[in-house]
Amino acid sequence: MALTMFRGIKCCPFSMYPSALVARKHVFLYCTMNNSPSQTATQDKAQANAKVSTQSKKMSKVAKDYEAIIGIETHVQLSTLTKAFCTCPYNYGSQPNSSVCPICMGLPGALPVLNSKVIEYAVRLGLALNCELSFNSKFDRKQYFYPDLPKGYQISQFDVPIATGGFIDLDLPVEFGGGHRKFGITRVHMEEDAGKLLHTGNGSFSQVDLNRAGVPLLEIVSEPDMRTGIEAAEYAAELQRMVRYLGISNGNMQEGSLRCDVNVSVRPWGQIEFGTKVEIKNLNSFSAMNRAIDFEIARQELLHSQGQADQIVQETRLWEEGAQKTVTMRKKEGLADYRYFPEPDLPAVNLTIKYVDDIRDSLPELPEMKRRRYETMGLSMQDILFLVNDMDVADFFDATIAKAADVKLAANWIMGDIAAYLKNEKLSINEVKLTPEELGELIASIKSGTISGKIGKEILFELLAKGGTVQGLIKEKDLVQIADPVEIEKMVDKVIADNPKQLEQYRGGKTKLQGFFAGQIMKASKGKANPGILNKILLEKLNAKS
Amino acid sequence: MLLSSVQNPRLLYLQSRLSHFNFRIKSSLHTSQTLTLTPSPPPPTSQILDIRKTLLSREKTAVELAGDYLTRIQRSDPKLKSFLYVSEESVLREAEELDRKIERNEEVGPLAGVYVGVKDNICTADMPSTAGSRILENYKPAYDATAVSKMRESGAIVVGKTNMDEFGMGSSTEASAYQVTANPWDLSRVPGGSSGGSASAVSARQCVVSLGSDTGGSVRQPASFCGVVGLKPTYGRVSRYGLVAYASSLDVIGCFGSSVSDTGILLNAISGHDRHDATSSRREVPDFTSQFISKDILDSKPLKGLRVGVIRETLDEGVDAEIVMSIRAAVSHLEELGCTVTEVSLPSFSLGLPAYYILASSESSSNLSRYDGVRYGNQCESEELNSLYENTRAHGFGSEVKRRILMGTYALSAGYYDAYYKRAQQVRTLVRKSFKSALDENDILISPAAPSAAYKIGEKKDDPLAMYAGDIMTVNVNLAGLPALVLPCGLVEGGPAGLPVGLQMIGAAFDEEKLLKVGHIFEQTLQDCCFVPPIAADN
Repeated sequence: MALTMFRGIKCCPFSMYPSALVARKHVFLYCTMNNSPSQTATQDKAQANAKVSTQSKKMSKVAKDYEAIIGIETHVQLSTLTKAFCTCPYNYGSQPNSSVCPICMGLPGALPVLNSKVIEYAVRLGLALNCELSFNSKFDRKQYFYPDLPKGYQISQFDVPIATGGFIDLDLPVEFGGGHRKFGITRVHMEEDAGKLLHTGNGSFSQVDLNRAGVPLLEIVSEPDMRTGIEAAEYAAELQRMVRYLGISNGNMQEGSLRCDVNVSVRPWGQIEFGTKVEIKNLNSFSAMNRAIDFEIARQELLHSQGQADQIVQETRLWEEGAQKTVTMRKKEGLADYRYFPEPDLPAVNLTIKYVDDIRDSLPELPEMKRRRYETMGLSMQDILFLVNDMDVADFFDATIAKAADVKLAANWIMGDIAAYLKNEKLSINEVKLTPEELGELIASIKSGTISGKIGKEILFELLAKGGTVQGLIKEKDLVQIADPVEIEKMVDKVIADNPKQLEQYRGGKTKLQGFFAGQIMKASKGKANPGILNKILLEKLNAKS
Repeated sequence: MLLSSVQNPRLLYLQSRLSHFNFRIKSSLHTSQTLTLTPSPPPPTSQILDIRKTLLSREKTAVELAGDYLTRIQRSDPKLKSFLYVSEESVLREAEELDRKIERNEEVGPLAGVYVGVKDNICTADMPSTAGSRILENYKPAYDATAVSKMRESGAIVVGKTNMDEFGMGSSTEASAYQVTANPWDLSRVPGGSSGGSASAVSARQCVVSLGSDTGGSVRQPASFCGVVGLKPTYGRVSRYGLVAYASSLDVIGCFGSSVSDTGILLNAISGHDRHDATSSRREVPDFTSQFISKDILDSKPLKGLRVGVIRETLDEGVDAEIVMSIRAAVSHLEELGCTVTEVSLPSFSLGLPAYYILASSESSSNLSRYDGVRYGNQCESEELNSLYENTRAHGFGSEVKRRILMGTYALSAGYYDAYYKRAQQVRTLVRKSFKSALDENDILISPAAPSAAYKIGEKKDDPLAMYAGDIMTVNVNLAGLPALVLPCGLVEGGPAGLPVGLQMIGAAFDEEKLLKVGHIFEQTLQDCCFVPPIAADN
């Protein structure tokens, strides 16, 4: 059904907005899938900073005279099983128009019926963002024509959004100077996503894929509280963490599950009115956000400093990743009139106190709470940010220390060898065989001296890859540390006796050879000798007759 | 055979098939209701129940019955043009299936063998559904409207799709992009609208019952013009899923029948909550026919104690004197039946019309945005996206539709919203409240269904304001979301056999049962009236 109903829209040089050739085409298109693993904000940023640094240096003198104002509109695609108003599932990257029905295609006579999960998720996020909830809200129609909008209007919320007036707390990464920030949230509202236009390689025509049409979104509008690219990127990263913690979205930027449109304006210090704001689109990563904003700030500051502030016009600019700059996409001619009016096909959204309370009670510990808790445990902010970035990692950490494992050691293991392993194997922490309980056991075994740190590492990789228990592995491989001085002394004696030449050299002043002896003894003990005791005895013996 | 007079190309196929078909069963051509010239004709009986009896007693087969109706369509539709599409093939196939079922003594639904006309803005999976618009020419929906699938589950057989004003925007069916339907009582007159085809088809006995839609009176006014029973249910009683939206907060699917019984039986079949329509009510659906009392056992004052309010504003200036007289006569009849009739005033009544046209236009401007030529319907090829939209819509929509889209777009524009849309919503609240208090004092309210009887084709076509003014009797009911029943109560001068006048009874929300009960008694006791038009009697 779907296939016969869709036509391609033939377009000449077709950028985001076609000014283009339109003709009937019945061609089937496959959408390319770009499924790269999700990024973490912190990984992204180090790289980002390096790239902007040249530009920032150039601008640093000018920048002192101006202040940038940044506000962000974020669209978060909700991970509900079905779309907002119909029973179609949504899977990113599936064949075009394979997940459509009369409702999300906007066929004549079809009506929307709200998926109640959308409200639940909106309330979850509203509460998590410390917003005030509207107990009586409603849907509205936002009207405009575009080929990816099947009904000619988007079901959205206009004057009574589900949540308003909240804030978000975050801690900037240490490498960017650190510091706590609190950014205001203006509103959160529910709406539906539009379809996608697929452009042919040569740009001669486009086709419409409605798989995404009707997927539920939450739009989160921030107060204009951010001042730098990194603040904006961190705001977005914190939102991503939050939606992942809440389990309402996968927050994946590459797949478009989390999309940020950024408004940037610049004003001379001390000026109260905002400067002319420019919207930036096509920000596909936090690092792109950071760089795009810093570029845009610099561009506007430069114009200000050259007395050309009037060249800053209200427009939408596109971030070009290749050229590392923003370029004009379209100039705005006044404010678009979307002719909002209440959606007559959907009843009002009325919440009860009990409904909200039940959701509030079911909220998980959110990133900010975790960070503050870890802080009281004495962890460094760097460690805290690493652990909290991924809820699964934080949960793993919490479960590990619940077994009375040493907090700092647990953090080190997770951030060190385990993180490295995950990165190499491209796995998430939930995909490894190691359980937090066993990590706790491992840490305890090392601490108690049952096994050496080196053996511990070996066991760790065994546990990560194959699972099992620490005790089991120690037993199976006979890995219990040798801490008996008599036994170690025997080994020391044997190695010294076997290497008279080296002993000669050592005693001749080449004391570095201690390492050689230690290595040989450790090898003889199959790595099990307690290194402290070993070295103590070895030194005694080596130095005995000198 | 009237093949020479065929004007509707959509019927060509049907007729060529029919001539062959008739050859086989040529003996069975007669109407189930015959016009007698005796002074006191019998009151209308339920055709649905008659058909049931006929089929179950094996007096006739469903195929034979289908032949009756198809033949009648074939004979009268070249003149009437009620239908935009007749699905002869599926009608015969379904009738054969039904006959086999009956042969096997299987249980059949309450609408088994009932031939139904469906307004063309109600989606049918196997037939085109154009909503009377060029922009949806040849458009075949992918699914059945809930009302249609419910009828089918009850055994109904859809005969075809009936003509209408484009997207329901009009009161005479002259705004159809395809054809002008004639009134069966006088072929030079309009059948009313926008469900003119559905009303005309039932009136001319081209089908047993039909579905229409009522946004501002589109079931009730044509029922009045064509002398049939028309029911506009409470908003939310019948699912709108599959009804091509005109004004979503006002649109209701309604029923036409040649008797109150048939209308009630049809309503039984299509009512109820639908998970595909968030505005459909979860209220339980009563058996609307359980209250019907046979004429023979009625006592002398069967409606004793029923409080009836006559809406004063509906019998004021601007209403034809003959209509007022007919309604007064109906009032006397109700009094004879035992009703206590008083006059009530609805002060906001005259505000309803402008408020309706603002709200309906506003919603329609939005609802019709989807006809952009991108996914379905007629598309005008263009070099550029905006001209694709412009050309598609310029060629696809008729002038009345464009007028309403323009009005609605204007009313919703920034800077005008408060003065128009918002104001109209406030009026709507007022209208609701005034009906509520009038219905707290009265069981039902009555008024004419239209300020005049059927007027001449072309008479108001170029005068949109005069056309809009004709909706004064009905729009308030939509604004209040209430149920209303229109049934013929008399005839006035005009045409070869007079023109029918409809009485509108308005009830409290979800009290269709009472309306049908009162309507049934009224109909069964009305003397000296027979509402079968000459064209049906001719057959």
